[in-house]
Parts: sequence; structure tokens; C-alpha cells
Amino acid sequence: MEHGAPMHEVFGIWFNLSNVMMLLVAALIVFLIAFVATRNLQLKPTGMQNFMEWIMDFVKGIINSNMDWKDGGRFHVLGITLIMFIFVANMLGLPFAIVVNGDLWWKSPTADPTVTMTLAATVLILSHYYGIKLKGLKGYAGGYIKPMPFLFPLKVIEEFANTLTLGLRLYGNIYAGEILLTLLAGLASASIFGFAAAILPMMLWQGFSIFIGAIQAFIFVMLTMVYLSHKVADDH
Amino acid sequence: MFFDHLVLGATGEFLNIGDILATLVIFIGLMLLLKKFAWGPLMGVMQQREDLIKSEIETAENSRLESQKMLEEQRGLLKDARTQAQEIVENAKKQGEVSREEIITTARAESSRMKEAAVQEIANERDKAISAVREEVVALSLLAATKVLEKEISEEDNRQLINETIAKAGEVQ
Repeated sequence: MEHGAPMHEVFGIWFNLSNVMMLLVAALIVFLIAFVATRNLQLKPTGMQNFMEWIMDFVKGIINSNMDWKDGGRFHVLGITLIMFIFVANMLGLPFAIVVNGDLWWKSPTADPTVTMTLAATVLILSHYYGIKLKGLKGYAGGYIKPMPFLFPLKVIEEFANTLTLGLRLYGNIYAGEILLTLLAGLASASIFGFAAAILPMMLWQGFSIFIGAIQAFIFVMLTMVYLSHKVADDH
Repeated sequence: MFFDHLVLGATGEFLNIGDILATLVIFIGLMLLLKKFAWGPLMGVMQQREDLIKSEIETAENSRLESQKMLEEQRGLLKDARTQAQEIVENAKKQGEVSREEIITTARAESSRMKEAAVQEIANERDKAISAVREEVVALSLLAATKVLEKEISEEDNRQLINETIAKAGEVQ
């Protein structure tokens, strides 16, 4: 149940090779889907192009619900890439897990807190960067004492809390899903009765995990835009 | 031991700097690649479509206005044509009235002239006839008188006498 990780050291930096591989797989799948879907682009869209345009409009809707397109348009590419990458990453761990020599190789990359926290921290650092870039240092700093100066400590805590919750929410959901799947798979492989008992909950939980994976991808992007808009937009 | 699982990234006693780097590099790399190969072209096409639709709407609006204008123009022309036609009909009617009047007048004049001519002729004929009859009567009377009287009276005297008698008779008549 508790598997090790294929750790590897390069120049004193430790890599979890499983994470690296799964991130590459997720990135490759997303890239292939997007690349294939956007070949032969037409003004009258068909098939896959419709699908990609739907995703673009969906993310555009998320951004528009948080800020002006004038401010938010620059985050469009980030939003689309995030939602597709996280969704695909969430899905990767569902069909199976591969364990080699006690090391867990195939899993969702988002079932690792390092990965999700990195994404979350990137988003929050981006929000600070754009906050300073678009509103100036004064406007950015002013954001910490609004609406009341005594809220300053809470505002600082909020920044860290945002980062933590954004990363850990995604990690927790996906990791928990995989743990339960692993348990059910263990039960199924234990005996013929175990297989009979596990097959229905397995199917249910996999279906539910697809739903969770989609919802979490959506929530991650939604919150990304919310945090960005807090720093970027004039009123919120 | 049990709580070890609750520690984040509980895979060892070290921080996975490598994973952080890998995540960043892979995600940002993916984003840049997609921007270049997928989102950029797709956004371009969507923008193009938006422009196309905008221009189509504009064109439609323009042609609508133009057809409106043309319709207005045609309506005006039709109205003009109708007025003109009415005028022509009116003129023709007036012309007809005039020529009718003229024809009638001419005919009337002609007929009265003919009537007068006829009356004249009749009068002439009558006079002629009367003269002829008178002549005849004179001749007859002369013959009769000559025969009755059997007397040599100068032809001249007789004629004068008889003429007087006949004139008297004509007056009495």
C-alpha cells in the first residue's frame, strides 16, 4: 500500500523520477491533444477545433467572471494550459498504478504535494508580480492595508494561506482518490470474493474520481484567477 | 511512525528541489510550446472569425441601408410615373374633348350650310318653275285668246295686256 519513490540524485539535487516522468507524460498528452486539435484551423470550426474553442471560451468565462478582459486577457494562455494540464494529470492515476521494485512509478503527478505546491506557489508569485507591474509598487503595497490598516497581519497570513490551500486542496483530493483506488485494487487482487466485492465500488469510485479530477482542475483555475484579480483588478 | 505519512512529501529527509524544478520547467515549457503551436493559432482564428462576423454584420447593415434607399428611390420613380401617366390621360381626355367640340361644330356648320344651300336651291327651282309655268300660261292664254278673238291685235299689245292680267292674277294669288 505504501510504496517507495524512485529517488535519484543529480548534482546534489534530488529528483523523484516518477514525478518527472508523469509530469512529462501529462505535458506530452496535453500537447498532443492541443497540437492535433489545432491543425487545419478553419473559420468554420469542426470536430476537435470546436472542443478546443469550447475550452478557450470556458476559461475566458472564468476570467471574465473575476476581472475585466483588459486586465485578464493576458492570463488566458496560463488558464487554458493550467486547466488542461491539471485535468490530464488528475486522470493519469485513475486507470492503473505501476509499481516497480516497490517504487511507485505510474500515478497522478498531482498526487504529489511538491508538484501541486509548486504550481500554487507559481500562481501566487505571478499574482504578486502582476500586482506590482500593473498597479505599481504603491498600489500593490496599498492593497495590504485595505480596507482597514489593522487587517495588515491577516492580509499577510492570507497570502500564505492562499498558497497552501490552493496547492493542498488539489493534492489532497487526488491523493485521497488514489489511496482509495489502491485499497480497492488490493482488495480485488486478494481473492475471487474480494474481486467480486471490489468491482462495483471500484467503478463507482473511478467515475467519481473523474468528476473530482475535472472539478479540481476547474477550481484550481478559478482560484488562480480570483487571486490574480485580487492583485490586478482595481475593485473586488 | 504512523504520523510520518501525514508529513508533506514524506519520501525522505530532504526537500525535493528536483521535483520543483521539473514541475516548473515542464509546466512553463508546455505553456510556451502550446502558446506557439496551439493557442496562438487558435486565438488567431477566433479573432479572425470575430472580425469576419463584425465585417459581415457591417456589410449586411450597409446593404440593408442601400436597399432601403433604392426602395425609396423606386417608390419615388413609381409615383412620378403614375403622376405622369395621369397627366397624359388627362391631356388626352382634354384633347379629345376639344377635338370632339371641333368636330361637332364643323359638322353643325357644314349641315347648316348644306341646309341653306338646299333651301336656296329649292327656292331657285321654285322660282324657275313658277317662271316656266307663267311663261307657259302666257303662251297658252295668248293662243287661246288669239283663237277666241280671231282678231288681229298686235302681238305687242296682247302680250302687254296678258302680262298685266297675269301679274294681277299673281298678286291676287
